[in-house]
Amino acid sequence: MNKCTERIYNGIIKENPTFILMLGMCPTLATTTSAINGLGMGLSTTVVLMFSNLLISALRNIIPDRVRIPAFIVVVASLVTIVQLLIQGYVPSLYDALGIYIPLIVVNCIILGRAEAYASKNGPVESFFDGVGMGLGFTCALTIIGMCREFLGAGAFFGNTIIPENYHISILVLAPGAFFVLSALTAIQNKLKLPSATNGDAPASALACGGDCLSCHGCASMTNHAVLAEKKAEAAAAAAAAKKAAAEKALAAKKAAEEAKAAAAAAAGKEGSE
Amino acid sequence: MKELLLIAIGSALVNNVVLSQFLGLCPFLGVSKKTETAAGMGVAVIFVITIASACASLIYSFILVPLGIEYLQTIVFILVIAALVQFVEMFLKKNMVGLYQALGVYLPLITTNCAVLGVALTNVQKSYNFVESVVNGIGISVGFTISIILLSGVREKIEHNDIPHAFQGSPIVLITAGLMSIAFFGFSGLI
Repeated sequence: MNKCTERIYNGIIKENPTFILMLGMCPTLATTTSAINGLGMGLSTTVVLMFSNLLISALRNIIPDRVRIPAFIVVVASLVTIVQLLIQGYVPSLYDALGIYIPLIVVNCIILGRAEAYASKNGPVESFFDGVGMGLGFTCALTIIGMCREFLGAGAFFGNTIIPENYHISILVLAPGAFFVLSALTAIQNKLKLPSATNGDAPASALACGGDCLSCHGCASMTNHAVLAEKKAEAAAAAAAAKKAAAEKALAAKKAAEEAKAAAAAAAGKEGSE
Repeated sequence: MKELLLIAIGSALVNNVVLSQFLGLCPFLGVSKKTETAAGMGVAVIFVITIASACASLIYSFILVPLGIEYLQTIVFILVIAALVQFVEMFLKKNMVGLYQALGVYLPLITTNCAVLGVALTNVQKSYNFVESVVNGIGISVGFTISIILLSGVREKIEHNDIPHAFQGSPIVLITAGLMSIAFFGFSGLI
């Protein structure tokens, strides 16, 4: 259980996907016009992330290595479709507010990133809790950004207006505001030298690409491939070394046995001569 | 004809895909350091999005709708796009070496671009027919190219400026993008 709580802490605080790893910027900017939208987007992503990690981890020994990315995409896309239909059925207001960004959870790099970096290497239970942690970290971040933008831009807290209209900075709830809020956030992180992907102080992530989405050229999966190939070569080398050691051991054992045999023969010869 | 023009202008300028829809943000911030690479990326995006929106539209109206499985659109579209990008890359490598050398580096990067899937889904959502889908695709990708080339031009100038330490790197790029987004608001009176 300790391992599971550690995964959740890791997702929310230590490797927060939005604030520290800077992953999944498209939904972060697009759906945080109000706190409730951010919360809804975060929770939908959390559900998808939990179950995609669980399924991919359970299937990791069945999926052939060469076709794993398409296989991951199919799993994620099926889960997204289920979530989309559920939201459409039970929370139509959220469905209208988030619109096209719900199906676009498929291409959110947090999900494929966690699948590639964590779920494809660890057991189902830990991967599930990794998904819970990362998802909750994403949800917290989106809700906080949404609350700030809603409070300053529309003078409201979860839809309840508390600041009179004359004091609204309405640009913050419009499209440019998203860029400004994110810019202010990264500038504060740079100033205080907080760990963040933008100033290179992020903790060495389990993501092979380093999780630096802002200067990502989209070749993350290629880097991942290279790292995987390296790991495989390492494992092969280790296996070869182990085999060699085993062979040597067998040889030594054989030699020892032969020596023992010879000694026994010699002893037998001695006995015979006596 | 007038409607098609309205769709094209609307998707290229008024509802710019990056600056007001936030789709394809990763390449927008990642590949905009130099104008040359930004232009290469832009042309590759135009190429892929146009073909992808045509294919997705055909598959939706001739396979998914007759079979009554429209709810599978997300899965089908993402697989079609991934396969399409691979196929285009192989085709160009074999038959059009010049074009492949110009676009080759950028093609694999586009599969991860959410704008491509975004266009396919928007076309279905707004129930565009085949021609309208293609025009919308061209409009959106031209809008992407315009904004990434403009941003790269600004970034080349910013390099030589004296920026406060905390704002160096990505914060100043995001502020630039925000200002461009305000400028693109000016187009909203166009239609």
